[in-house]
Amino acid sequence: METEYIKHKYEPILPLKDEWPVVRLSKNRKDFVKKVAESSKKAILEITNGQVDLLKEELETTLYREKQRIKQNPWDVDPEDDYDFWNDVKSALVQISADTTLSKAEKKEQYISILDKITNRYAEEIASNFVHSHYKLTRRIVTFGFGRLLNAARVKGFKSLFSNQYSLQDKIQIVGATDEIRELASKGTIVMVPTHFSNLDSILIGWIISVLGLPPFIYGAGLNLFNIQIFAYFMNALGAYKVDRRKKNLLYLETLKTYSSEAIQYGAHSLFFPGGTRSRSGMIESKLKMGLLSTAIEAQRMNYQKGLTDVGGKVFIVPVTINYHFVLEAPSLIQEYLTITGQERYYRETDEFSTSYKISKFLVKFFTKGSDISVSIGKAMDIMGNYVDNEGNSYDKNGRIINTQDYFTYNGKVNVDQQREEEYTKRLADRIVEEFHKNNRVFSSHLVAFTAFQMIKAENRKLDLFNLLRLPEEEIELDYELFKQRCEEVLKKILELKSEGKVNTAPHLMQEMDALIAHGLDNVGMYHAKRPLIRNQAGNIVTQDMNLLYFYHNRLHGYELEKLF
Amino acid sequence: MDMSSKNSSKPKAIGVVGMGSFGTAIANILAEKNQVIAFVRRTDLVDEINQQHTVDGQTIHANIRATQDPAHICENCDVLFFMVASSGFQAVIRSFAPYLYPYHMIIHGTKGLCLSLPEGKSLEQLPKIKRENILTMSEVILKETVVVRVGCLAGPNLARELMLGHPAATVIASPYNEVILEGQRLLRSEKFQVYGNSDIIGVELSGVLKNIIAIAAGALAGMGLGENAKGLLVSRGMVEMAYLGNALGGSIKSFIGLAGIGDLVTTCNSTLSRNYTVGYRLAQGESLTEIEQTMQETAEGINTIKVMKAFLEGKGNMRAPITENLYKVLFEDLKIEEALQYLMKYPFSVDVDFL
Repeated sequence: METEYIKHKYEPILPLKDEWPVVRLSKNRKDFVKKVAESSKKAILEITNGQVDLLKEELETTLYREKQRIKQNPWDVDPEDDYDFWNDVKSALVQISADTTLSKAEKKEQYISILDKITNRYAEEIASNFVHSHYKLTRRIVTFGFGRLLNAARVKGFKSLFSNQYSLQDKIQIVGATDEIRELASKGTIVMVPTHFSNLDSILIGWIISVLGLPPFIYGAGLNLFNIQIFAYFMNALGAYKVDRRKKNLLYLETLKTYSSEAIQYGAHSLFFPGGTRSRSGMIESKLKMGLLSTAIEAQRMNYQKGLTDVGGKVFIVPVTINYHFVLEAPSLIQEYLTITGQERYYRETDEFSTSYKISKFLVKFFTKGSDISVSIGKAMDIMGNYVDNEGNSYDKNGRIINTQDYFTYNGKVNVDQQREEEYTKRLADRIVEEFHKNNRVFSSHLVAFTAFQMIKAENRKLDLFNLLRLPEEEIELDYELFKQRCEEVLKKILELKSEGKVNTAPHLMQEMDALIAHGLDNVGMYHAKRPLIRNQAGNIVTQDMNLLYFYHNRLHGYELEKLF
Repeated sequence: MDMSSKNSSKPKAIGVVGMGSFGTAIANILAEKNQVIAFVRRTDLVDEINQQHTVDGQTIHANIRATQDPAHICENCDVLFFMVASSGFQAVIRSFAPYLYPYHMIIHGTKGLCLSLPEGKSLEQLPKIKRENILTMSEVILKETVVVRVGCLAGPNLARELMLGHPAATVIASPYNEVILEGQRLLRSEKFQVYGNSDIIGVELSGVLKNIIAIAAGALAGMGLGENAKGLLVSRGMVEMAYLGNALGGSIKSFIGLAGIGDLVTTCNSTLSRNYTVGYRLAQGESLTEIEQTMQETAEGINTIKVMKAFLEGKGNMRAPITENLYKVLFEDLKIEEALQYLMKYPFSVDVDFL
């Protein structure tokens, strides 16, 4: 993997916005929504196997859950006619079952028409509202605004506001297979799958995509983010469609998956956060959500069924690893993680990203102080996890070109086999997790956090994780010399793994150990009120917050480095 | 690659790789419904099959043709049955890899394990190994080829009885339903029942681990012990298989199925099998070296015991008394009577604690 930073800005691969898939999609929004609703309806009828009773049951379950949601968990973004719509559905359902004059076929027809209404509503709700002028403006705000902030902070004096000494690309390092993704995006359809640690990720990725000269990607963003105005604006501008996690009913989930699948078939480059939500523990995602991932596989198979066998119909999976020294939401994320794993007695539902004010404050902090972010663009794969070249050809382990369509053929023909595709989705998920670990770039902050936590753990072998985290912080002190020695051992192992291609490192790791530790301590969770690691007056290593230390330590989970302790 | 789509009107032949006794028996069953292309190494055997329709003198179905060319069989068959001995399995798979494509389906009938150790290391140098160092045959296929639709064939299938057309049943295991259905479609007949199981690892391990118990069964017979002892062994052996197999990633359910208990009972009663013979001769006082000198092929169970012993060492906190004691008898000169005594004193307190 290349470690060179990409500092220049790329020319757009499609200079005319009318050629952008996302623009074409928004122009044909009405037809597209209709198509999604129609396909979803078909899919649900297939799942219920044409049986009226099953269909009726699904409709009733959906109605019940939707009414619960409206009552118990209403959001600002919910449409005003929400209550009325579901009330109408209710009376329609009651009417059908009460009407004894209807024949079975007539009943079925009426149920289907209700289904039709619901899938249309859902598809409309999910569909993105991409507006090109908003996109342009957002892009300018992000690059210009951030650029000003950055220069104001680093270059002294009034002139700083007009200085171009630092650009965003000094702050955010892009490495990896950037040329490849550009090549492939101009030939086929990209599905980008990044790791997810912070709400900042979506904006960050949006900016990266534009720096790389790629047309905007569409992606599913949690509807809760649309509650916050600043985000709603960005999201819409970046081509986001809406994912409402409150809705877990079959009809909604099918419509959502269909939307994604149809968009990929349409040639719209897509972005999934395959972990589903932000990583609560700080670990790299190891269990991915199968739902959206399966739509990439379905779209690929559908393209083959339509006879799109050349690179134009091919779907490419590009894993992206994002690394931070500092995750703003870390305190609440790790708190939630510990609550979910069952041992914390309470949990505070405070989200640092809950208001526009807090976000702006964070952004100012972020740009005025030095904390780097790195984004590694992984090697592109086909939907089976085989690497591809710049022409989009897939290669097997022995370097032979293979035809991805062959994975979907039986007796010489492409056929539909849901169960097969479920297995393929699991395979793809495993491959993505593998690539995440390979592309992960170790930072100084990860190294110090990992070493310190493991040392504390080794000193308290008898304690389980939760008792370990409850240790009084003031009683923990690590001798600096010993700590340094341990850091060296961990670093040595990391470099060994790197030489085997199992992980990557940031260039700042290549400095003398004292300086490296100082760099790590300065950066690890640097803006938290309580710092995960600092040096005390005696020069030894202490922590102010064990939970946070655990969170940052987790970034190096999954490499068996703990065996060194 | 495009060849498959052109010929789709005519059903393709089915491939069988390896014409040992089990391979021949399966080829015969397959040939009842389809053309079969068999892959063999020996030139004289190719001629014998193609000209006389016999394998080592035994008549086989006329629908079976033979070839020595992996490319030919891969080109003409979408479905391949690999029926080669585990010792040569990896090498054969590697020689096929350049001709296999993702549209192929592979079902194998090989009962054994492969090792995947760091380069230049052997089992002798590594007394402790982990799960990732052990490969089942399906894992070998996935590792060496681009084929993903893989299945295995296991169960009480003594080749001799299959050749005679006695009623029997088998299990096709695969994570892919289509592989199971294809196997059933190709093999099923009035005399041959085919069950499906999605736990391919569990089914493969059933077939592998039962060989250990088969050696013990031979030993009991060699010591002249009767049916009570055998009943005890089968039941305790079952428990050990379930525990070991589960630790290796198989589902416990599979071990009480046809490929588990079904095959175990058959193997423990099949006095002609190599594993049983090893145990029998050990009990008669011969050493492993003496036994191996007069056997053409090593009994699979011996290799399995070695691998499992290293795996248990790596695991640390797991016990498998039958395997561990057989290891001592085979490689550490423990007397078989002492091993038996040890087992009788072993504190098994609970009859069934794995369900």
